[in-house]
Amino acid sequence: MKSPATRLSLILLLTPFLLWIVLLVILPHLQMLRVSFQVRESWDTLSWGLEQYANFFSESYYWRTFVRTGVMSLFTTFLTLLIAFPIAWYIARLASGRARGLLFLACLIPFWASELVRTYGWMILLRESGLFSAWLQALGWSDGPVEMLYNDAAVIIGLVYNGLLFMVVPLVTTLDGMEENLVEAGYDLGGGHLTVLREVVVPWAMPGIVSGCIVVFMLTLGSYLTPTLMGGKDSAWFTQQIFTQFITRFNWEQGAALGALLLGLSSLIVWAGLKLTGQSLRKVMG
Amino acid sequence: MATPSDLFCHQLIRRFGNHPAVDGISLDVPAGTFFSILGPSGCGKTTLLRLLAGFDRPDEGDIYIRGERMNRVPPNHRPVNMVFQHLALFPTMSVGDNIAYGLKRQRVPAARRRQRVEQVLEQVGLPGLSGRMPSELSGGQRQRVALARCLVLEPTLLLLDEPLGALDLKLREQMKVELKHLQKQFGTTFVYITHDQSEAMVMSDQVAVMKDGRFDQVAAPEELYREPATAFVAGFVGDNNRLRGQVVSVSGDRAQLRLTGGAIVEGRLAAPLEPGASADLYVRPESLVLSDGEVAEGLSRCRASVRTTLFDGANSRVETDIGGEPVFARLPQHGSAPSLSAGDSLQLAWEPDRARVFGAATP
Amino acid sequence: MIPSVPRTRLFDALYLAYLVAFFIYLALPLAVTAVFAFNDAPFPSLPWQGFTMDWYLADGTAGRTGLFHDDTLLSALWTSTRIALWVTLVSVALGCINAVLFERLEFPGKELLYLLMLLPLVIPGVILGVSILVFYSGMANDLSRQWGIELDVFRPGLTLVIMGQVTFITTLTTLVIAARLRKFDRQLEEAALNLGATPLVAWFTVTLPWLAPSLFGAAAMAFLMSFENFNTTVMLTGSDTPLTVALFNRLREGSTPVLNAVALFLMVVSALLALLSVRRNR
Repeated sequence: MKSPATRLSLILLLTPFLLWIVLLVILPHLQMLRVSFQVRESWDTLSWGLEQYANFFSESYYWRTFVRTGVMSLFTTFLTLLIAFPIAWYIARLASGRARGLLFLACLIPFWASELVRTYGWMILLRESGLFSAWLQALGWSDGPVEMLYNDAAVIIGLVYNGLLFMVVPLVTTLDGMEENLVEAGYDLGGGHLTVLREVVVPWAMPGIVSGCIVVFMLTLGSYLTPTLMGGKDSAWFTQQIFTQFITRFNWEQGAALGALLLGLSSLIVWAGLKLTGQSLRKVMG
Repeated sequence: MATPSDLFCHQLIRRFGNHPAVDGISLDVPAGTFFSILGPSGCGKTTLLRLLAGFDRPDEGDIYIRGERMNRVPPNHRPVNMVFQHLALFPTMSVGDNIAYGLKRQRVPAARRRQRVEQVLEQVGLPGLSGRMPSELSGGQRQRVALARCLVLEPTLLLLDEPLGALDLKLREQMKVELKHLQKQFGTTFVYITHDQSEAMVMSDQVAVMKDGRFDQVAAPEELYREPATAFVAGFVGDNNRLRGQVVSVSGDRAQLRLTGGAIVEGRLAAPLEPGASADLYVRPESLVLSDGEVAEGLSRCRASVRTTLFDGANSRVETDIGGEPVFARLPQHGSAPSLSAGDSLQLAWEPDRARVFGAATP
Repeated sequence: MIPSVPRTRLFDALYLAYLVAFFIYLALPLAVTAVFAFNDAPFPSLPWQGFTMDWYLADGTAGRTGLFHDDTLLSALWTSTRIALWVTLVSVALGCINAVLFERLEFPGKELLYLLMLLPLVIPGVILGVSILVFYSGMANDLSRQWGIELDVFRPGLTLVIMGQVTFITTLTTLVIAARLRKFDRQLEEAALNLGATPLVAWFTVTLPWLAPSLFGAAAMAFLMSFENFNTTVMLTGSDTPLTVALFNRLREGSTPVLNAVALFLMVVSALLALLSVRRNR
C-alpha cells in the first residue's frame, strides 16, 4: 500500500530517532540496571548478586535519605502548586492585555539565570553574614547574626523557587484555554467560590496541574545543587549519595543500584500521580 | 476528435476500503467551459477533484487533459492548478511571492516574474498589492490572490474547491459574479466543486450533480432546473415540493396521480412508469398558483391548509399542509396575494407540464 | 474570582499583596546577586563599601582577579559555549526530524515510540548522567582492559557531556517544533506541489519557513538549557570543566564577588538571548 517514497522517508526519519533513543536512553539505562546487580570481588572479577540492594536496606542512612528525599520532593511539589496557582490564575484570567504579558515575562525572568546562580542568590540572602541577618540586626529584632541557611526550610525555599516557572507556565496555558462562561455558569447555578474552584476550575486545569507537578517533582527529586549548597548536615539528598558513590568512591556498582532505586521511585510516583488523576503521559506532556 | 477537450475522464473509480468514493465517473469538459460539480458533502466531489489535481490516484479509469493521459503524472507536473478550499496562501510569503511561486518553479527570470505578477494582480483588480502579506488582506482580496496565483501560470485547467465557502453572504454573492467574469476574461477552463446549488447555477455553463460517487445528471443550469433527470436532482437543485401518490393512468409523457390525500393531479413523467406504481410529484413553489375559486381549465389542483407565512421580500412563501406534508408556495409581492392566516383553507393549482413525476424511491 | 464575579475589597487587597510578595520573592535573589557584583569588598555581603568594577576588570596585581582576567573561569565559559553550541545543533536537528516523524508519518508502534520520546522528561537529570557514564565510560574501561583499545571519546569529557545533555534537550526541542508543525495546514504543501514544486522544494520553501520561529525558539531554549545544566553535566565532565561546574567548585571554596560578576554576566547574556528569540517569534 505504501509507496517506496513514503517508506524511504520513514526510514530516513526513524533512524536518527532510534539512534537517539536507543543509544542515549535505553541502552545506558539497561546497562545501569545490569551493573547494579554486579558484585565486584576483586579489581577484575565480577559476579552477580543483590549485594548493592542489600546494602541499601541494611544501611539505614541510605533508605532514610531515600524516603526523606521522596517525601520532601512531594511536599515541595505541592507547595509549588499552591504558590503558583493564584499567580497563574491572575495572569490567565484577571490581568489584561499588556499587564498580562509583562507579568508572564516577569515569571520567566529568574530562569534566565541558571540554577547555580539562583541558589547563590539565596545563599547571599540567607546565610549568617547575609542580608536578612543584617537587616534583622539593623531593625533591632536580633542581637547577633542569624543563620538561616543550612536547614530544611532553606532547601525547600530554594527548591520551590527553582520549580515555580515549570508550574506557572503549564497552569497559565490550561487556564487560558478555559471559557469564562464555565466559571460564570458555576456561580449562576448556585456554586460558591470553593465549590466552583473544586468542581469547575480544578478539573479543567488538571492536565496543566499534572504536567507542572511532574516536571517540578522530577526537577526536585533529581536536584543536586540546591540541597548540597543550601542544606545542612542533616538534610542529605539522595542524589548526593549517588554522586558520592560515582565520583568520590568510584563504587559504580553501588552507585548504579542507588540510581536504579531513584529511577524506580520517580517512575512509581509519576505513574501513581497519572493514575490517580486519570491523565496520560501523552496528554499532559505531549 | 478534432481538438481534444480540456478534460476527459473515463470510468474513474476510487475506493477507500470497500467504499467507492468515486464510482465510475465519466466526464468531458470542452475548452473554455465553466464546469461545476454540485453535490452534498460526502458525495465524493472532493475526492474527484484530488484525482484531477493528482494528489490521489484512481483505482480504475483514465484522466486525459488535452488528450494526454494523466494517471501517472505527479501533481507538480500537471497543467492543472487549484484554488483550495481555505485558499492555502503561503502565510510566510508576500502576495507577490505567493503569485511568483509557480513562475519561480518554472524558472521564469526575475524581471519577467515581477512583470507577470503586476499584470495578473491588475487583471484580478488588486494592482500594487504585491508587497502585502496575506494576513493583511480582506477575505475577498485573499480570494483574488489565490486565483491570481493559479491564473498567472496559464493552466489548461483550473480546479476550485468551494473557495467561496468561508466568505460572508454579501461578499459571496459579489464573488460569484466576479468569478464568472474572470473566467470569461481569461478563457481558462474552470472545474468548480460546491455544495451550494446557487453558486453552481449562477456561474456555470455546465453542472454535474453528484451523489454517492456518481453523476446523476450533467446539464446546463436551466435544464437542470426545469428538467431534472432524477428525484435527487429535483430535490437538490432549487426549492421543490414533493407530493406522494400512486400512478392512476399514463398518457404519453403525462401521468395522473392519486395523492395520499385523495386528490387526482397531473404531472410530466421523467421516466416511464406503470399505473399502480408509487410515485413522487415535484412541483416548484413558483409554479404553484394560489386561488380561492375557479382556476383555468387543464390545471391540476389540490386543497391545502395554511400553516404559516414566511416573509422574505421577493422570496416570500406560504407554508401549507397537504396530507400532513409541508408544501411551500411563492407569495407574489405585487399586492395580489390574499391575506392568509394559519388554518385557512386554500386551493393550490399548477400547470401539469411544470410538475415532474418520478418513481418513488423504494424505502 | 473572575472579573464578572463580584469580589470583596479585602479579597482584592490580599490578592494584590500576595502578587507583590510573589514577585519580590522572584526578583530578590537575582537582584542582590547583581548588586553585589559591584560591591568594593572581598565578600558579597553587607555593608556596602562603594562601587567598583574590580570584579570584572582587576588583573590580579592588587590581590583581586576580575572575571575578564580569570583564566579558569574564562576557559570554563568557553567550554560551556562549545558544549551549548553542539547541543543546540544536534538537539534542534533531531527535534526537527522527530517532529516530522511523529506529526506526519503513520507507522506501526508510533504510540509506543512517542512515549519513549517523552521518557527523558521523567528521568531525573542525575540518572541520565549516571547511566551514560556507566554505559560509555564502562565500555571504554572494558575495551582498554581486555583489548588495550583506548576509546578516549567515551571517557568523561566534552563528548559525554554533549551526549548527556542531548538526551533530554532533544525531547524539549521535539515538543516545541512538533507543536508548531501541528498547526501547519497541509494544504499549503499541496498548493506548492500544485504550483509545480517538487516535494523537496515544497518542504524547503513552504514548510521550513513556517517552522522557522519554532526552530529559533527551540535553539535558544536548547542553548540556555545546556549552558545552565548542572545535574547531568556534573556526572560526565572531565578535565575541561564547564562554567556551572567550575562555579560550583569555586563556591564550595567560599564565595567572592567574582561569582556575582559571572552570575550577572550570565543573566545579561541569557536575557539577551531570550529577548532575541521572543523578538524572532513576533
